[in-house]
Amino acid sequence: MTDAVNSLVETIRAAAEAGRGLRLRGGGTKDFYGQALHGAVLDTRGHAGIVAYEPTELVVTVRGGTRLTELEATLAEKGQMLPFEPPHFGADATIGGAVAAGLSGPRRQSAGALRDFVLGVRILDGRGQDLTFGGQVMKNVAGYDVSRLIAGSMGTLGLILEVSLKVLPIPVTEATLQLELPQDKAIEIMNRWGGKPLPVSATAWTDGDLWVRLSGAEAAVRAAREKIGGEVVDDAGAAAFWTALREHTEPFFRDAVPLWRVSVPSTTAALEVPGEQLIEWGGSLRWLTTGADARVIRELAARAGGHATLFRGGDKAETGVFHPLAPAVARIHANLKREFDPHGVLNRGRMYPEF
Amino acid sequence: MNVRIAGIDADRQAKVAARLGQLLPEASVLHHQEDTRPYECDGLSAYRELPMVVALPASEGEVQAVLKVCNDLNVKVIARGAGTGLSGGALPSREGVLLSTAKMGKIIHVDPVARVARVQPGVRNLSITEAAAPYGLYFAPDPSSQIACTIGGNVAENAGGVHCLKYGLTVHNVMRVRGVTIAGEVIELGSEALDAAGYDLLALAVGSEGMLMVITEVTVRLVPKPELARCILAAYDDVEKAGNAVADVIAAGIIPAGLEMMDQPATRAVEEFVHANYPLDAKAILLCESDGTPEEVAEEIERMTEVLRKSGATEIRVSRDEAERLKFWAGRKAAFPAVGRISPDYYCMDGTIPRKRLGEMLHAIARLEKKYRLRCPNVFHAGDGNLHPLILFDANDPDELHRTEQFAAEVLELSVAYGGTVTGEHGVGIEKINQMCVQFSPEELEMFRGVKRAFDPPGLLNPDKNIPTLRRCAEYGKMHVHRGQLPHPELPRF
Repeated sequence: MTDAVNSLVETIRAAAEAGRGLRLRGGGTKDFYGQALHGAVLDTRGHAGIVAYEPTELVVTVRGGTRLTELEATLAEKGQMLPFEPPHFGADATIGGAVAAGLSGPRRQSAGALRDFVLGVRILDGRGQDLTFGGQVMKNVAGYDVSRLIAGSMGTLGLILEVSLKVLPIPVTEATLQLELPQDKAIEIMNRWGGKPLPVSATAWTDGDLWVRLSGAEAAVRAAREKIGGEVVDDAGAAAFWTALREHTEPFFRDAVPLWRVSVPSTTAALEVPGEQLIEWGGSLRWLTTGADARVIRELAARAGGHATLFRGGDKAETGVFHPLAPAVARIHANLKREFDPHGVLNRGRMYPEF
Repeated sequence: MNVRIAGIDADRQAKVAARLGQLLPEASVLHHQEDTRPYECDGLSAYRELPMVVALPASEGEVQAVLKVCNDLNVKVIARGAGTGLSGGALPSREGVLLSTAKMGKIIHVDPVARVARVQPGVRNLSITEAAAPYGLYFAPDPSSQIACTIGGNVAENAGGVHCLKYGLTVHNVMRVRGVTIAGEVIELGSEALDAAGYDLLALAVGSEGMLMVITEVTVRLVPKPELARCILAAYDDVEKAGNAVADVIAAGIIPAGLEMMDQPATRAVEEFVHANYPLDAKAILLCESDGTPEEVAEEIERMTEVLRKSGATEIRVSRDEAERLKFWAGRKAAFPAVGRISPDYYCMDGTIPRKRLGEMLHAIARLEKKYRLRCPNVFHAGDGNLHPLILFDANDPDELHRTEQFAAEVLELSVAYGGTVTGEHGVGIEKINQMCVQFSPEELEMFRGVKRAFDPPGLLNPDKNIPTLRRCAEYGKMHVHRGQLPHPELPRF
């Protein structure tokens, strides 16, 4: 065990003994996300670096404190990428933080979510135990899939020491098209494309325009461009757009407070609430900036079969950041928290105030 | 003392059957031996045990009723789909109720626009694809038993198939699972959106081998059927070269739709059986498939061919039409029954290793063949590093059986030592439960038990499988397939 790990273990053990909460923190770029922060900061960045990366295995194993930019640059040198395009929300974002937050970017609609690419984790639980689940291989059904449980658990179940991720080749060709369409037509057409063998890797509707990114073999992208039509966006403009979308620097997101993230089935009709909307993921992700009552938004999302997160701003304590859970499911959450962190050390209340 | 038949406590059996009989139709509760016998084993037929009672609920409400009674009477519950599993996950207990989902086989809804299908757990894997076919869609996971296995079982085992590298496992293709806890409460995990609030409990449910909940409904993701698929057959005069070729394909930035490997003993066994016209002088062959639009496939096949040629292939054939492509695959898919013909018994392993260790593993297996004086043909899902070495033996010779078990144990331990796992897609079940002790530390195993407690506090859902007790970790398991006779001989196995 390295000194960095030893020191993390010691801190967690001491906190467990004293019944003190700790606030796990990488680059702090996602401090805004989740419920209020409690406890002394435990900085994870001392445990950084790429442990193993062999491009032909399509797997990278990386320490939690490693900067996301460093990891992505290492992969890009070998023509590979994190297929789920995680948002950074700042230059200091770490891979541990990205996995804990569990957020995925524009390519999620075609490639899959962050959790889909997690092959294994090494964590410290709330007792300071060093535990490894999953591994570095594509197929692994030994034991429960704890690695994927850790993804998106907001640091409440364990401190991520290492994570092994499946990576993929950067597509040979990409092209972005822009079509002028009203919201309902955009939702309809995105779903229609989804049912066709088209190489659509990302979509976004904002301010009356539908943006479509095609990724894949050159011949396939060329053929799809013909079928879809619209205006071709130049490469620099396209790259800038998808990055700004992922990083929430697009005009829509500026001053968008409170910002709601509403996740619904892709065919859900345009949400009828006052305010502005931006759509991603083929219709499955709706960003809302609205002054509407939280209960109204949650009700709308639930009725569509989805859920609503108060992503930025608003009254977190009053509203709750994450969608309320059904009682039986909430009980399983509390039970899991108790198994992983019996003394309530790790990011207590960051996800739901109850645990 | 109570009367026991086949180890079953007759009084308790009568009591449990009576309680269930009050809630389910008469024909849905079985306890006479002649009725329960068909449930005594799953695809791992070396292990058999008569269940105390078999319950066949036809609805979620009936599943709730069964679980409430079992919780109340402190009776174990083992869920079962089609019983095609290869690791004994659905092995019954003489002290337990075997809950079969056979009467829950309805496709509830196919939504071609949203590209999802909502189905009951007893629906067969292939039926989903058949129901989606008119819309140009299909369900991607294709375990070899797909004509018989059920979606409930696929979710419980996180089933794979030959297209996982590109299309993922069951966990990547299931959006939502509805089920009942041991307390009889209905829970929904995941959603028909792309994510759900809270912890990713869906990920825990997939591959949980029936130990957390009983599944009553599943929403699967459907994907557009590729317009075209073509396959390359490449021959090598050295297994290590073939192993390296797999890495070369990936290094070239290609993700094949399927990438399979067979060594010479396997191709020879297969050729006699199905006449796939494989090159028999090759030490190993690769099957490398491309799918997509005709333009994409043409481009990819060209790139794959170039890479395979550079990697030292002695012969390359590209399927000219669908019939030829299916012929290439026919041999691979007949590997298990073909091996079953040349040996009285075989033992199938399911380890997964990093691809770069393929060559090393093959050499190690060759060494172990000499050490234990047993033959071991190899078939691999090479793209995923998932190995199915098949040790040939005769179970009537106790010494051979013993040597086989030691051989298999060494291979599985090597898989772990190479940074892999003891099971890639068949599951732990009862078969590999002892090898779990090799792969995980006592603290990690205890955390698995904690996960189970979080869902199933009394520990009644399929206990004794998947996660070994510490005491158990001293022993070693036994499994073999007798005379190639799987309980479902009609199913292809790969």
